[in-house]
Amino acid sequence: MSRIEKTFASLKERREKGLVVYLTAGDPDPRASLSYFRAAADGGADLLEVGIPFSDPMADGPTIQAAARRALEAGMTTARALALIEGLRRTHATPVVVFGYFNPLFRYGIRRFCRDARAAGADGVLVVDLPCEEAGEMLPEVRNAGMDWISLVAPTSGPGRVRRAVAMGSGFLYLISVTGITGARQSLPPGVEAWAREVKRRTSLPVAVGFGISTPGMARAAARSADAAVVGSACVRIVESNGASRTGPEALRRFVRSLKKELR
Amino acid sequence: MQENNKYAWPDRSGHYGIFGGRYVSETLMSALIDLETAYRKAKRDRGFIRELDSLLREYAGRPTPLYFARRLTEKAKGARIFLKREDLAHTGSHKINNTLGQGLLAGRMGKRRIIAETGAGQHGVATATVCARMGVSCAVYMGSEDIRRQELNVFRMRLLGAEVIPVDSGSRTLKDAMNEALRDWVTNVRTTYYLIGSTAGPHPYPVMVRDFQTVIGREALRQFREICGGLPSAVVACVGGGSNAMGIFTPFLPGKTVRLVGVEAAGLGLSSGRHGATLCRGRVGVLHGSKSFVIQDKDGQIREAHSISAGLDYPGVGPEHAFLKSTGRATYVAVTDEQALEGFDLLSRYEGILPALESSHAVAYGFRLAGKLGRSRAILINLSGRGDKDVPLIAGRKGGKRVAD
Repeated sequence: MSRIEKTFASLKERREKGLVVYLTAGDPDPRASLSYFRAAADGGADLLEVGIPFSDPMADGPTIQAAARRALEAGMTTARALALIEGLRRTHATPVVVFGYFNPLFRYGIRRFCRDARAAGADGVLVVDLPCEEAGEMLPEVRNAGMDWISLVAPTSGPGRVRRAVAMGSGFLYLISVTGITGARQSLPPGVEAWAREVKRRTSLPVAVGFGISTPGMARAAARSADAAVVGSACVRIVESNGASRTGPEALRRFVRSLKKELR
Repeated sequence: MQENNKYAWPDRSGHYGIFGGRYVSETLMSALIDLETAYRKAKRDRGFIRELDSLLREYAGRPTPLYFARRLTEKAKGARIFLKREDLAHTGSHKINNTLGQGLLAGRMGKRRIIAETGAGQHGVATATVCARMGVSCAVYMGSEDIRRQELNVFRMRLLGAEVIPVDSGSRTLKDAMNEALRDWVTNVRTTYYLIGSTAGPHPYPVMVRDFQTVIGREALRQFREICGGLPSAVVACVGGGSNAMGIFTPFLPGKTVRLVGVEAAGLGLSSGRHGATLCRGRVGVLHGSKSFVIQDKDGQIREAHSISAGLDYPGVGPEHAFLKSTGRATYVAVTDEQALEGFDLLSRYEGILPALESSHAVAYGFRLAGKLGRSRAILINLSGRGDKDVPLIAGRKGGKRVAD
C-alpha cells in the first residue's frame, strides 16, 4: 500500500475527510517555502501538493501565476523543488504529490525526474497538461519509481474519459470542480456534489475535489460527497500577503487548521 | 516513415513523428475531440467545401496573384523572384483563409462566441472580420506590448466590433496572449470557439490551420506551372507559428525536389539571445498544447522571444515545422531585425509593395538566395501580408530620415 493509499484508508477509518493543501515550491523563496510546507503539515493537511513553478501556467489563475513568478524569480528550479521535498521529509511523513506542467519535467528528463522525486520522498505525480492520450510518455516511469499517478477528471469529461482516468490513476482521483482555471472562488459551482457522487460510483479510488475552494465551509461542502478537498489559491494568498515574514507560516498553519476542523 | 512520395502526417493521434499531440488540461480534451470530429466531417462535406470556396473567391478575393518581381530580380542578379501576393487578400494577409474556414466550422458547431489570440494583429483582424460577417461576438487577446506596436490593427479590430483584451503578463506578447486565450477557453469551453491563428496549439489545430492555408500553395503551384512550366527551385516563407509557411509548403512536400526554406526572426542576432528563431536555436519541449521546438532555459522555463515583427515574436513554433526540420525536408534560417528592415525597403523601393515586417524576413532571405542561384532558376516567396500596419513603427525607427538607397 502506498503512503497516499494508507492516508486515505486511515481517514476512512477515522470517518474523516481529507485535506489536500497546494503550495508553489519556492514561493516566496526556497527557505521560507519549506517553512510554509511544514506549517501546512502541522496545521493538519493530510496531503501536500508541491507545485513545480512554470513560466507559462495556462491552467492557473492569477494567484498561482503570481506564485510561480515569485518562485522563479527567487531561483526555484525542478531540482530545488525536489530538494525542498527532501527537506520536508526530514521532519514530516505527510504524503507529497508533485504537481506540475510537463515541460520542466520533460527538460529534466522523465526517468531521471521520477527517480529523483521518489528518492526525495515524493509519493505521487500529477501533471496538469498530460491527459490520458499523452500520459504513456510518463506513467510507466512514475510506476517504475513506485509513485502514484494522480489522474484528473473535469466536468467536461464524459463517462468514457472518467473510466479511462480511473483505470490509469492510483492513489486518488482529482476531481476538478469547475470548467475553468485555478483560483479562489466565493461559492462552489452548483451540481458539484451530485457530480462527485456520480464519479464516486465509478471508482474505488478516493476522490479529492479541487479548484476554487477557499473557505472552511466550502471545503466541508466539497468533501461531503467525496473523500477530500484540495485548497490551493486560498493558501497561496497567505504566502503572498505574508512573504518571508516570520509570522507567515503561523498564519498558514492557523488557516489550514480551520479548514481541517470542518473536515473532521 | 511513410512511403517515399506520400506525405500523410499527422497520424491519427495528431502526432508528426515525436512532435504534435495534445498537451492540455483534461477540461479541454473533450472540446478538442469534438472539434476534431466536426472538422473531419466538414472536410468531407461538399456543402462546406463549396461554401468556403465561394467565400474565398468572393469575399477574400482569391485566387491571389503570383507576381514576377522584375526589378527585384534584376537587383538580385540571379534567379527570377516570384511573389505569392497574400498581401492582396481581404484584411491584408493570408490569415483570412483560416478564419473563414474555422468561422464556418464554429457556425456549424453552434458556437456564438469566438475568441482568438493575436501577435501582429493580422489574425485578430481576420477573426474580427469573420465574426462581423457572421454576427457572432468576438474577443481577441493581445499582449500589451503588441497593442503598442500594432496600434492600427487594434483600432481595426475595434471598428469591426471585436473586444480587444490586453494581456499584461509575461513578455506581453503573442505567447502570453495565447496563455490567456487558453484560460478563457477552458472557462467558457461549452459556449466558445477558440480560433487559433497559427499551425500551433494542440491537435487538431495544426493540421486544420494547415489545411485551410494550403489554398496558398495549391494556387501558387498551379500559377507557377502556367507562367514558367515546372517547379520553382525554392519556396521561401517566414515562420513565426508557421501558418503561411505550411500553407505554401504543403503542396510542394511530396515531390522532394523543391527546396523549402522557413525564415525565422533572428531579432538582434542569434547569439544575442534576443530572437524568435525557435527552430534554429530552440530545443524540443512542450508549449501551448503541442510538442515542438521551444525557446527555453535549461530548466524548461519558456524564455521571451524578440523580434521587430510582432507576428514572429513567439518562442514556440508549429509541430509540423519541427517535424520537417527533423526529417530535413525543410530547412530553417533566420534573418535579423535590421535585415528584415532592408527587405522592407527593397520591396518598397523596387516593386512598389510595402510588405509586412513578418513577410520582410522572407523577402530579405529570398533576395539573397536568388542572388546565389543562376538566372535560369526561379524562386517563390510567400508575401504573407501587407505592411501598412508597420508604417508607424518603421517611421519611428527611421526618425524622419530619408530612406537610404
